[in-house]
Amino acid sequence: MTTVTAPSPLTAGEKGRAGDKFFSGLTFAAGGLILVVLLFVTVFLVVNAYPALIAGADELPSQTSFFEYVWPLVLGTLLAAGLALLMATPVAIGVALFISHVAPRKLAKPVGYVIDLLAAIPSVVYGAWGMLFLAPLLVPIYDWLHRYLGWIPLFNDPSATGRTILTAAIVLAVMILPIITALSREIFVQTPKLHEEAALALGATRWEMIKMSVLPFARPGVVSAIMLGLGRALGETMAVALVLSSGALTWGLLAEGNNTIPAEIAANFPEASGLRYNELIAAGLALFLITLVVNLAARWIVNRHKEFSGAN
Amino acid sequence: MTTQKTPLEDAVSQPIAASTSTGDAPAGPERRHGRSRLTAGQLPKWTPYAVGAAALVLSAAIMALIGFNVAGWVIIAAIAYVVGMYAVTLIRENRRKATDGLWRNLIIGAFLIALVPLISVMWTVISNGWQGITQPGFFASDMQGITGKYDRAAQAGEGPILGGIAHALVGTLLITAATTIISVPIGLLASIYLVEYSNDNLFSKIIRFFVDVMTGIPSIVAGLFAAGFMLAVFSFFGAAPGAQTIGLSAAIALSVIMIPIVVRSTEEMLRVVPNELREASAALGVRKWRTTLKVVLPTAISGIASGVTLAIARVVGETAPILVTAGFTVATNWNLVKDWMMALPVYIYYQLTTPTAPQAPEPSMIRAWGGALVLIILVMLLNLLARAVAKWLAPKTAGR
Repeated sequence: MTTVTAPSPLTAGEKGRAGDKFFSGLTFAAGGLILVVLLFVTVFLVVNAYPALIAGADELPSQTSFFEYVWPLVLGTLLAAGLALLMATPVAIGVALFISHVAPRKLAKPVGYVIDLLAAIPSVVYGAWGMLFLAPLLVPIYDWLHRYLGWIPLFNDPSATGRTILTAAIVLAVMILPIITALSREIFVQTPKLHEEAALALGATRWEMIKMSVLPFARPGVVSAIMLGLGRALGETMAVALVLSSGALTWGLLAEGNNTIPAEIAANFPEASGLRYNELIAAGLALFLITLVVNLAARWIVNRHKEFSGAN
Repeated sequence: MTTQKTPLEDAVSQPIAASTSTGDAPAGPERRHGRSRLTAGQLPKWTPYAVGAAALVLSAAIMALIGFNVAGWVIIAAIAYVVGMYAVTLIRENRRKATDGLWRNLIIGAFLIALVPLISVMWTVISNGWQGITQPGFFASDMQGITGKYDRAAQAGEGPILGGIAHALVGTLLITAATTIISVPIGLLASIYLVEYSNDNLFSKIIRFFVDVMTGIPSIVAGLFAAGFMLAVFSFFGAAPGAQTIGLSAAIALSVIMIPIVVRSTEEMLRVVPNELREASAALGVRKWRTTLKVVLPTAISGIASGVTLAIARVVGETAPILVTAGFTVATNWNLVKDWMMALPVYIYYQLTTPTAPQAPEPSMIRAWGGALVLIILVMLLNLLARAVAKWLAPKTAGR
């Protein structure tokens, strides 16, 4: 600073300073670009959905107003995802506990890897499996369910192909299982060792230790893992599009019918034009909003409990 | 049926009776040989095997009544085993031990249940897909000129199954490469901003939040966005509607999915780079951008590269966004910015839903399974590559 005429080598080099500015600007721009992209996603969905939202019933291809068109799809989406969640959650938490607290050390690592592989299998492969292998396999089971539990309206008129909402939900359950497992396992292994050892030292059995120290500690994390799994199941397209033989909304789990928003879009979008195009994008907007709410709720739960998790 | 029932049921009751009688012995004043007072109240070591055998026999008996099949046999045996173990422990030990054992068995059961679909999927794809990929010209030919006529002949056994996945492979490789080229620089730079430059200011918190939101975007919505965006861009430049259905649109859709994955994994990797390295570099008078490029990035490169590879593996299998942006075709298309383009997942989808010959779907199914096998192998290779890359590029730990 004192030598004005000959700056020291360290502060010399306007080039270096320019590089610094350029690089930090570049990284800032990249960060901003992400926000812009997300803004664009929202804007383009809204702009393209708008014509279908304001169009009258007689203008739309389905001859009903958009909301009449979309609510069976929304219900179908929620039904499939909810059923999948119902099936996947207990198993996923069990597997996560198996890896983190029950399995021998040597087994736990390869098992975790295998579960990760389950997550890596592309959805279209699950769809093909559900359509060509699982659905025919389930037909006799559905017949059996119908014969003995047919008095419950859920089990009315079983499909002859097995390609029903329940089959789709099973495939979805298989797909979200590794997601919930991986996230729950991460939380379970973070349980403070001292809590566990204290429980064991007081004479708790292994299950009592899990019940008293691991599960209370992990509850918010597991809830958010389930919500993220739900978000994934809601947005999953291919498995449903391939497995489900779609139709009108019905409460019969074993009957053909029902449809989900992503499957509806995938099946119809490539050939869509005019208002049909806008209608499908509006359906996509509805899906976007639903998954957004689910994901935000999951993040909110995690953040609310952040200070209690981890290092205490 | 009815004559078999009685001996089987006898066999069922025997092991349980046996376990009860041996369990009784240590409780008496005279200890049995080999059992100390410490293990006195416990079940003998062979109890699970005995209960397991009893459960298998009981289940076989039930299945014999209602019609035998292996799956039902195993399922009923498993339920009988869990219930049996609970009952035996409850009687011989205490409720707490019994509950412990029950939950332990249920957790192991959950794990075994989770294995079933994995094995089933892998088995189905490999056994069916093998037939597909061993067809002559499966990798070398596309579906151009393959009409229902050939498929009907193939199903009747009069000719080979023609057609292949060449066009889908080309499309998948091009689209994935374009996606990677778009996503990796943006994702890398954004995470560098988050870790190195932002000082956790409000802007970085917003970015981090919306990156989380982006990871939850359904893939089909990303596809819809790209379709709408490219339509707007193309109509702005006066192109005919429909011209936006190109491979590049799909790459943009997949980038929306891939960027947040890259940001998340890279950010984590940059955060674990020790601060001492940055400080040492700064102390030597190195500018921050050079420190970032020459010190921080090389240290974290193994994790970053493996995260990027995993992100590629994720987008390679995406179907829906490509379906709504790049369309589908039967011919090989090497041009990312012109005409519809096929990708492997879309190929599988279309072979399954719209067989080339609706009356003879068998050859289409075989092609779809072949495509599925290739896709799974591709994804698994990328996963393995990610692990290998993480190992190769890991910073040398020697000398510290």
